[in-house]
Amino acid sequence: MNFDPDVGGEFLREEVREFLDAVLTKDLKEKLRSTGTQHDDRFQRALAARGWMAPGWPVELGGQGRDPMEILAFNEELEIAGAPMYGPQTTLIAANVIARFGTEQQKKEIIEPSLRGAVTFVLGLSEPSGGSDLAAVKTRAEKDGDQWVINGAKMFTTNAHVGDYVLLLARTDPNKPKHRGLTVFVVPLDDPGIEIQPVFTVSGERTNLTFYNDVRIPDTLRIGDVDDGWRVMSVGLAVERSGAFGGESVRLLSRMERWAEGLDDDGNVRAANPDVQERIGRAAAENEIIQLLSWRNAWLHARDRLPGVEGSMTKLFSSEAITRQSADFVDMLGPDGIRGQGDADAPAEGEAEWAFRYALGTTTYGGTSEIQRGIIAEHGLGLPRSR
Amino acid sequence: MDFDPTVDQSQLIDAFDALYAKWSTPDLVRRAEPAGFDPELWGQLTKIGALEMAVPVEFGGGAASLLDLELVAERHGRWLACAPMIESQIAARLLARLEGSAAAELLASVIEGGNIVTIALHPTRGRTLKLVPAGTVADVALALDEDRLIALPLTGPRRAGENLGNLPIADVRVPDSSVTLATAASPDFDLAINEWMTLTAAALAGLARRALEIGVDYAKEREAFGRPIGSFQAVAHPLADSATAIEGAFLLARKAAWSADGQPERFGQLAPLSFAFAAETAREASYRSLHFHGGYGFMMEYDIQLYFRRAKAWSAILMEPRRAYRLAAVRRRAAS
Repeated sequence: MNFDPDVGGEFLREEVREFLDAVLTKDLKEKLRSTGTQHDDRFQRALAARGWMAPGWPVELGGQGRDPMEILAFNEELEIAGAPMYGPQTTLIAANVIARFGTEQQKKEIIEPSLRGAVTFVLGLSEPSGGSDLAAVKTRAEKDGDQWVINGAKMFTTNAHVGDYVLLLARTDPNKPKHRGLTVFVVPLDDPGIEIQPVFTVSGERTNLTFYNDVRIPDTLRIGDVDDGWRVMSVGLAVERSGAFGGESVRLLSRMERWAEGLDDDGNVRAANPDVQERIGRAAAENEIIQLLSWRNAWLHARDRLPGVEGSMTKLFSSEAITRQSADFVDMLGPDGIRGQGDADAPAEGEAEWAFRYALGTTTYGGTSEIQRGIIAEHGLGLPRSR
Repeated sequence: MDFDPTVDQSQLIDAFDALYAKWSTPDLVRRAEPAGFDPELWGQLTKIGALEMAVPVEFGGGAASLLDLELVAERHGRWLACAPMIESQIAARLLARLEGSAAAELLASVIEGGNIVTIALHPTRGRTLKLVPAGTVADVALALDEDRLIALPLTGPRRAGENLGNLPIADVRVPDSSVTLATAASPDFDLAINEWMTLTAAALAGLARRALEIGVDYAKEREAFGRPIGSFQAVAHPLADSATAIEGAFLLARKAAWSADGQPERFGQLAPLSFAFAAETAREASYRSLHFHGGYGFMMEYDIQLYFRRAKAWSAILMEPRRAYRLAAVRRRAAS
């Protein structure tokens, strides 16, 4: 047993920092913030030019053959910097699904441009009435000759307005049990039957409600077997569920520590205040644990010991931690803590105010905290299934 | 990075687990109350070499790393062992780090002579040491007096004051016969306290996991409204939160222990962080498990109260978690 930092990961961190210094400019950050669209095509292409769309893929498939420990360091550095990674991540999820279940032609036509950063995939999973019950999909896909006709609505299709394709989960057989009658499709977002309505979230980030009205696609855009969509999508979601929010918490704490080096109204350094110390200490403990849980997932992953309950614990702990910390730090900053990033007088560059908003999403997407607790109780503790 | 114990570490864990499973059952823990010390268990621990392993080879020891001791301390806590192993190990390591013959002779009397040595967690105030761990049963205590490290013989009958954890603690007068082992000894003492915090964090994590298991087992069997209570989210979800926090507490205690050798510049920060987090986690896990026993949890007859009381007492004897977080923040700032 030892906790020596992973050497490959540390090298990669250095490379990522240099890359971000050049690419993630102040102007770009301001554009992401003011539009609420956390995506930028040029950034994505620059990322791709470094071979970083799928760094964990084997070299012969267009990746860099990075191991899970390196991937963890890679993602954490990008999170710390606040890089617009959601588009590349959803594109990678789609590429993973297609690499595993797609036809040879689909692989050729879709994966290569994805790894080049030339196309962006978004995810069409949740529905307005579905919530955590992901399999309760009502959006229908009906066969018509060698075409499929899609009708329905999807909620939280983030980046739909800047993306190229949506990886869509639709119901192809309403008579089969809920998890069985689903199929995955790739749908071009420029189809005239798709209507995209912006949805603005508390964190300032824009997502979308999307409507599908008689959208016709050829059968060649079906991924995997008909009615096997739940299994197909599970591959992609396994990637999403192991996600932690370590980088954001690291950045939040470091901004607060910088703030604490300043002077309070009485001319004393804030870091000498026991109240400030306690809040920083508590967050530091949580951040250590987030990193240890994430490291262990990656370490298990690298040994083909796939994290199950451990992944849920990481997701639960990290999202609940940033939710708690952000509220605690807004309080720590005093009345000025409510000032946002757009206010030049905001303490700590408005980071706590932003995190307070941002954290709300983390306990929801990728499986709510309640879903994670259910998984831990049932599969980790062996308690009877509870609903 | 490697999250698995080595073969040697696994053997160590198994050996101690087998020992505690025989000599520190809940029945035996109850029998050791109210004194909080089980001489038979202590005899077994010295026989297996719990003290020797903690000191360097030149003192006849096994040169265990703090991480090795951490893995043992996890089992110690899990079984609520009524023996001052952690204090004795840490006092012995402290003696081994000191120059001079007085410390070496004292260490020899512990390793070879079977004397029980402990460490006073709080410096002298006036001429008194308060809440000395194992103060009722130890032969000698190490303590910080101003900036000197002293050894004081503990003689005569001593009685533990009634306390939350049935700990064999005693308030001790510093006798004139105390021996000065070292001057300018604050850094040595601080290091020892950091080690104590880390091993106590491990013990608390072990305690917490066992307490959670007891609560989970109960929630699977106990029925209310025609269903096992563990099928209610109001019961299952808090247990899941504790299970998660306990994972974190183990990982953090292990990393803190590893850092003593692997990243010594961070040890001063990680020790109080691990201590604070484990203390809160153990309190909460044991509370939840007790609470989900309903009225039975409140009864002395059920074992869960043994864990609940110690979860608080083992940590509070040094400092509350909030103070430990503050201490960690101060050290974090000093190191950056």
